[in-house]
Amino acid sequence: MAASLRRGALLCLLAGAAALVQPGIATAQQDLEAFDFGYIGWNDDPRYSEARIEREYQGEPWGRPIDGARVAIDEARFPGIAAGVKFGLNEQLVANTREVLETVRRMRDAGTRFILLDLPAGTVSRVAEEFAGDDLTLFNVAAHDDRLRGAHCQANLLHTIPSDAMRNDALAQYLVSRQWDDVLLLVGPERADKVVAKSFQRSAKRFGLKIVGTRDFVLGNNPRERDRNNPKLLTSGVDYDAVYIADTQSEFARNANFAIQKPRPVVGSAGLVAQAWHWAWVRHGARQLNNRLEKKADRHMTGYDWAAWVAVKSIVEAVQRTESTDYAKLAAYVRGDEINLDGFKGYRMGFRDWDGQLRQPMLLGTGNWVVARAPLDGFLHPDNYLDTLGFDPRESACRLANEKKGS
Amino acid sequence: MRFNPYKQGRLAVAAALLAASPALLAAGTGNIYVSSEDDDIVTVFDGESLEKVDTIEVSERPRWLAFSPDHKKLYVACGDEDSIDVIDVAEGKVTDRLTDIDDPEIFAIGPDGKHLFISNEDDAQFSIYDIAGKKAVTKIDVGQEPEGVLVTPDGKTAYVTSEVANMVHVVNLDSHEIEANIVVGNRPRRFALSEDGNTLWVTNELSGSVSLIDTQTNEVSDTIEFNPKGFRPEDVTPVGIKLSDDGSHAYVTLGRANHVAFVNVKSHEVEDYVLVGDRAWGIAQSRDGKQLYVTNGLSDDMSIVDIAQRKTLRSIAAGRVPHSVVIDTAAE
Repeated sequence: MAASLRRGALLCLLAGAAALVQPGIATAQQDLEAFDFGYIGWNDDPRYSEARIEREYQGEPWGRPIDGARVAIDEARFPGIAAGVKFGLNEQLVANTREVLETVRRMRDAGTRFILLDLPAGTVSRVAEEFAGDDLTLFNVAAHDDRLRGAHCQANLLHTIPSDAMRNDALAQYLVSRQWDDVLLLVGPERADKVVAKSFQRSAKRFGLKIVGTRDFVLGNNPRERDRNNPKLLTSGVDYDAVYIADTQSEFARNANFAIQKPRPVVGSAGLVAQAWHWAWVRHGARQLNNRLEKKADRHMTGYDWAAWVAVKSIVEAVQRTESTDYAKLAAYVRGDEINLDGFKGYRMGFRDWDGQLRQPMLLGTGNWVVARAPLDGFLHPDNYLDTLGFDPRESACRLANEKKGS
Repeated sequence: MRFNPYKQGRLAVAAALLAASPALLAAGTGNIYVSSEDDDIVTVFDGESLEKVDTIEVSERPRWLAFSPDHKKLYVACGDEDSIDVIDVAEGKVTDRLTDIDDPEIFAIGPDGKHLFISNEDDAQFSIYDIAGKKAVTKIDVGQEPEGVLVTPDGKTAYVTSEVANMVHVVNLDSHEIEANIVVGNRPRRFALSEDGNTLWVTNELSGSVSLIDTQTNEVSDTIEFNPKGFRPEDVTPVGIKLSDDGSHAYVTLGRANHVAFVNVKSHEVEDYVLVGDRAWGIAQSRDGKQLYVTNGLSDDMSIVDIAQRKTLRSIAAGRVPHSVVIDTAAE
């Protein structure tokens, strides 16, 4: 294993700064130990095509989440100095799963211990499995799939992006609180759409909503298929309080809002959307975080940026509080009860020890506002109200906790 | 839209209005001044009767308030208009504006009254501003979201919190360099300095505690936690702090926990929690030392707390989202 790098003493003066701007604390005398986070994504990711990004679909990324990680690295500068550390980010964009595995191996061998993954659920699962048992913690910052928190959970895998279950539970809480109990469910043709729909069905049952009908849709204008592509026809002939649209491609759902048969709210993939973050969230100091991301990336912040941001932040906090860069100490602290993570959402957050999911409030938003924050008032839980969102220990299909007890 | 002559851009900004009155130290009216973030005003209350006696219009989003050492001026940080307004206390209105100050939130005035020491929230900077020259003389990079600023009475040191870096920066005001970074609790907000200058108290909004710093060693000597009954830990958000004039107690406003904590300075024991209003932040002690005034940002009022009885006597309306409260005591 390669020795960790030791940087020479330096703290760069800010480039282009006016004479007025002074350098920070003199670190000429200090050696700052390099502490790099890894970041892996696809080099050719359709989610970031210009055409898709331009549309700013609700609940979707509007740029690569690494921008959120970069904001966190900036914020980590002074904590790093105090800890004798210089935090950095090593971004690797690759073509396929084989290259992902090679990259993780290289990073691990170079001394990187914490790696952010902006990859599909299947790939995340593969990576976590491959490196199980190594001194590595992987952060899933983009995949919502419930199975990653359930049957495919891994001890080395933490999730900062919310699961489908958390998003749908948040929406279900809102619908129940408004007594919009009867829901028509529209499901798209993608396999991912069916996964999301199944997750919503679970949430509906959990919170006592009634799914009055389930209908398949396709995107298109072919009049021969109008009973499946026309939002009005698709939403006729049945009564409902709200329409949930499971559409991971986003376009149909976006178009359907205000175009359905009845004057009813659209929720799910458009209309009222549950997210980890929203650029219009202003409470709990959110404005400042949103400003920082906007300055950095020249666009609004989304839940994916927030997920990458909080992943980096959790380890920086661990370094600051343990006063150490020792992997075992950090890995334990970040997963423990003591950690006090401020995500600017008004609740103290931490990682669930049964499945590695960051418990967190969910923001229910429209295009330019947050209508509500879940968990809503009145939804209680014996241990932590945040655990009304997602899988609590009794419901979890993850068997890690049992394995820990058994060993 | 409220009338504001400065927005109209026609009124010439008055230069120094000092020296009109003789150089007697002001006795202080005892009036209470409260800034209102959403109303863009500073309300003036009579210190005895607590009746509202005046409303002073200022620039957008007024927050921090501080008197000049001679108490002839009251400075108001107006964050949304990037300015610090200057109120002439005798005239009861804004007579000058210090502009081009990025998003000022909190500031301190140096003991000689010539400089302002300002936390620039969005730019992660701490700036030193020359009042007469109306310009910043130095800007120092600090951790993100700097907030609290305290300058020692000898004018040699400034303490600045960085909410994001969880630390207190110690700035040498001669060299303009950061001498030390002291890691405290989560989201440190504001300061109070003991009379003898040896202990610096800082509130940790998200740790529900205050840290006590030994200013000789720049180390945290103790941490005091707050646990008022019936509140989730994350709702105990200490922000404001005032050391009593007799030095016996520290009064800490607990934000969303809607209480003021009474802390015994000697024993570090939390003796009492007194119920005030919604989201209690700002705090000041009356001239006669018998009462505390606490501003409640989310119930739009100010609580009048009797210190001996340790209870709130009444609350008075104080504008929308009242932020800071200061009292026109005698000049220093």
